[in-house]
Amino acid sequence: MRRPTPDTVAAVAPWAAVALVVVLGAVSMAIGVIDLGALDGPEARELILTSRLPRTAALILAGASMAVAGLIMQHLAQNRFVAPTTAGTVDAAAVGLLVATLLFTGAAVITKVAIALVFALAGTALFVLLTQRIQFKDMILVPLLGLVLAGVYRAGAEFFAFRAGLTQALDTWFNADFSGIIEGRYETLWLAGLAAAGAYLFANRFTAAGMGEAFATNIGVNYRLVMSGGLGIAALATAVVVVTVGAIPFLGLIVPNIVTLVLGDNLRRVLPVTALVGASLVLVCDIVGRVLIFPYEISMGLIVGVVGSAVFLAMVMRKGNRYATT
Amino acid sequence: MITLDALTKSYGPATVVDAVSLEIADAGVTSIIGPNGAGKSTLLSLASRILGADAGGVTADGVDVLNAPSRAVATILSILRQEHHTTARITVRELVEFGRFPHSHGRLTPECRAAVAEALAYCDLTDLAERPIHQLSGGQRQRAYVAMVLAQDTHYVLLDEPLNNLDMVHATALMRLLRRLADERGKSIVLVLHDVNYASAYSDRIIAMRDGAVIQDGPPSLVIAEDALEAVYGMRFRVHELDGDRVAAYYR
Repeated sequence: MRRPTPDTVAAVAPWAAVALVVVLGAVSMAIGVIDLGALDGPEARELILTSRLPRTAALILAGASMAVAGLIMQHLAQNRFVAPTTAGTVDAAAVGLLVATLLFTGAAVITKVAIALVFALAGTALFVLLTQRIQFKDMILVPLLGLVLAGVYRAGAEFFAFRAGLTQALDTWFNADFSGIIEGRYETLWLAGLAAAGAYLFANRFTAAGMGEAFATNIGVNYRLVMSGGLGIAALATAVVVVTVGAIPFLGLIVPNIVTLVLGDNLRRVLPVTALVGASLVLVCDIVGRVLIFPYEISMGLIVGVVGSAVFLAMVMRKGNRYATT
Repeated sequence: MITLDALTKSYGPATVVDAVSLEIADAGVTSIIGPNGAGKSTLLSLASRILGADAGGVTADGVDVLNAPSRAVATILSILRQEHHTTARITVRELVEFGRFPHSHGRLTPECRAAVAEALAYCDLTDLAERPIHQLSGGQRQRAYVAMVLAQDTHYVLLDEPLNNLDMVHATALMRLLRRLADERGKSIVLVLHDVNYASAYSDRIIAMRDGAVIQDGPPSLVIAEDALEAVYGMRFRVHELDGDRVAAYYR
């Protein structure tokens, strides 16, 4: 059998990804403690509309937007290991959510999102400023710096969470869980979905900025504007996801890496597939979490953490990998 | 015409480019030579708005390069820098298509596709069009970036040390290509060169810099001369007339 050409793969990949999301979405709708087949029409409809559909939509929106956030961040940083989790974005958003919980108790979800967004933006901006100051933009040093920064943010959050008796809440913010998603409790995620969809309009500019500042400026792309816009989109998606369901570990790191490995780095082509693969991975992990100890649940964040760390290790150790070899 | 008006750039106490004023003609090849640290690359970066100037101004065909919308400037003037250590996995064609960005705003028109195909053919890259740029050799990659600038189709093309990492086969091929662009298409090419003999053989005009200032400026017959070169580099040269070219010897 002949190997498929890159063109064939590029042409087939988006449709395969769409099909995957549709199938997994259907499976996600069908799984639950109550057997849909045993209900009559109106009751089944009620269950679907208030619980099953919101949960499936939430999974797709969160997965797609976090994968896109990771894709944009690694491009703008010109570093494949930079993602919301390795640049301090997630931890800064959690600090923001803590501040919102402590200072604006009982505030609307959208207010919490806004505050988390401000912190996520500031936290990521500090990371960008620090990386611009170091001389050698080493493939490993940059994300290490981000991880250190993330650790500092998190330590601060834990200190205040401990004093306020919120350590358990803090833990849930770092560990995505969709079991509590019903109608009325996930709609903010549409904001993250919109941000990811909006990113598609600027896909060419993100690709150009990923080629370097001089490259982008030469073809008339405003580098600073694209940087700010891209990091804004990533921070918004992260803030919404952290506030609404909790951070999804590894997703923003591994999905863009796998997709760009196969399809290359032209964002106009890669971005939709990345979003769909991100949604699929989150759907799979949530479905597995729901099935393993049925009728109980393991949180999606835990499953994706296990799967993600295995995939990440495989990615780094892959033979002939340009990151692993010196 | 490009006009540089008292362009200045300092890093701390060190003035890298010191109030340089120049006019670059509408057509032809202009080479900038000089020792390391003379400010050649910095001058090119300032003139092409890649680097912010501390003082001074640049106009190209009357357009204020430093303040006009970047995209408008990108249709008049293009700049190719020396470092291409990108890790992006895009194909040669995708790279060249970026040259059309200032014209098409990201959506390729049939005109754009024609320009891309022509640029690829002109640089002898048609067969490599679908190859990822990170798999190319240094010479091929350099050609791909030149093809991008070609597709950008600006009247002024600025290149910063385009011969870096090229062997003499590829270096000569690239210089011939640039000369053809100036002769056949009436473009004005400005390039920073380290090899004074390439500058001598292919330029209409040579600008020599030292310590952030222009100290020699004229046709090769004037600048590729023993005393002139010694003033620039602080080292003795022997200049020979060879098959109509002025060739500087500096190996011993």
